[in-house]
Amino acid sequence: MAAITKTKRQELDEGGMGYLQSLPRRVVTVYLPLLVFVIVLLFPFYWMTITAVKPNLEMTDYANFNPFWVVHPTLEHIRYLLFETSYPGWLLNTIIISTAATFLSLLASVFAAYAIERLRFSGSRQVGLAIFLAYLVPPSILFIPLSVMVFNLGLYDTPFALILTYPTFLVPFCTWLLMGYFRSIPFELEECALIDGASRWQILSKIVLPLSVPGLISAGIFAFTLSWNEFIYALTFIQSSENKTVPVGVLTELVRSDVYEWGALMAGALIGSLPVVVLYSFFVEHYVSSMTGAVKE
Amino acid sequence: MAVPSVAVQSRPSMLSRLSESRNALGLGFMLPAAALLLVFLTYPLGLGVWLGFTDARIGRPGIFIGIENYEYLWSDAVFWLSVFNTLLYTISASILKFVLGLWLALILNQNLPFKSFFRAIVLLPWVVPTVLSAIAFWWIYDSQFSILSWALMEMGLIEHRINFLGDPENARASVIAANVWRGIPFVAITLLAGLQTIPQSLYEAATLDGASRWQLFRYVTLPLLTPIIAITMTFSVLFTFTDFQLIYVLTRGGPVNATHLMATLSFQRGISGGQLGEGAAIAVAMIPFLLAAILFSYFGLQRRKWQQGGGD
Repeated sequence: MAAITKTKRQELDEGGMGYLQSLPRRVVTVYLPLLVFVIVLLFPFYWMTITAVKPNLEMTDYANFNPFWVVHPTLEHIRYLLFETSYPGWLLNTIIISTAATFLSLLASVFAAYAIERLRFSGSRQVGLAIFLAYLVPPSILFIPLSVMVFNLGLYDTPFALILTYPTFLVPFCTWLLMGYFRSIPFELEECALIDGASRWQILSKIVLPLSVPGLISAGIFAFTLSWNEFIYALTFIQSSENKTVPVGVLTELVRSDVYEWGALMAGALIGSLPVVVLYSFFVEHYVSSMTGAVKE
Repeated sequence: MAVPSVAVQSRPSMLSRLSESRNALGLGFMLPAAALLLVFLTYPLGLGVWLGFTDARIGRPGIFIGIENYEYLWSDAVFWLSVFNTLLYTISASILKFVLGLWLALILNQNLPFKSFFRAIVLLPWVVPTVLSAIAFWWIYDSQFSILSWALMEMGLIEHRINFLGDPENARASVIAANVWRGIPFVAITLLAGLQTIPQSLYEAATLDGASRWQLFRYVTLPLLTPIIAITMTFSVLFTFTDFQLIYVLTRGGPVNATHLMATLSFQRGISGGQLGEGAAIAVAMIPFLLAAILFSYFGLQRRKWQQGGGD
């Protein structure tokens, strides 16, 4: 009995002064609003999923079937999507482009962040500020001049148009995040290595990088997700159906002028969302902490 | 034959001197990132400003025409409507995102069962590609088969189906609602990260001094959270102001331009309409607003320094 009260006591302590609140009060101030938030935030996903497996007959017949549920689930929409549209090709394009852009950006960002944070060359503070400002330049004001450049460079309608332009928002973001991470690695480790005669390159590859693997992973996942979700460049720089990415392909190819294939559209949205959701679910615990790391200046 | 051998002899010392110089090494390390950003960010930024002063069209490099594009936009009612829409969209969506996001952050900061599970699912709307969740909203807002209309009619709250995207006022409210839905998780999780840095002892001390719950929030939570609020909201405002995807999916600027934002108008005129110069001019017209947002963020950071006892 004593042991139980003790553990209970500890639980309560973790919640700060939460134990001062009575249960009914907590229900009204905490659980009820939380429930509403969760329902509202998740409902579109539920609706997406239920529509993706709903036969066309049930989808528009609200009189005989409750729209919130599905009586005869079907994989017809998913089959149609995977075998009768270019969807698998778009998935492959998105994977290739996102991976390539992520690697390119991480490579450039690691060097840049290390130089700014640890080499402290003259003007490194200004360069750090410039990187921060570069992150604030939105794609919506860059896509027109970039489309002119992409066209003149002969990259129009190729994956390279996207692989080379995505780093414009990935590099500032990753550099910023990695700068925060490198700052947390003790200087003394590097000083020891310097005394032992290590070169800067050896320090970076043998000490700093192995220690910052979690930072690299979070930067990589962020970068991958950002490129996966990118829309305006992919819409502007890619013309032919087989080169499109998932977000653009679903919107421009699956939507025909008069008939909306809602089932296939929702299946496309669902399958296109799954990879990033899975990535995040492995990673969500890191998320809050890396967010603070990136915001702290 | 003699020249290369000299070069080979002098190379090691040259290299070792270079590898010891912070500046040379820093320059070398900065090179890949700097090259990418200068070529694909700084140069296009300048090119965009230049294009705004030309009559470039797709497939034709334009000639300099001074401020003609801007003169045209100045007298263009659609452009001013898009500015109004953008401001309305940004201000109302940001306020809603802030209030609801802060509320959600305060709830998630409580001692809850399945805490990490709730945090994970709350993030979903932010993680999923905007275009794909916007397509789900498109289906939710469907004029005939909207689940919202159906549910409200079943509950007897409305008589007729709501025309979510067909009516100007409804369309504005609908896109703002979709944007708020997508933006709440980002605000909530960032503010939650800020809330977790506030020591519990401050609340205990304030409670001992007899502070009410509102006073705890007003005099302990809010002041300590201000710096992170400044940064979060700057980003939120910036991304809302330059939003493109949601509008492009849901309304393409319609009905009768009622939901056209500056970004979508710029795309419509510049890419779909082929008037690169005019589209670039609209994009450039967004820059003053963005600068204002960045200055806001800068002063937010200054205040943080002062609060932490740093120099001015």
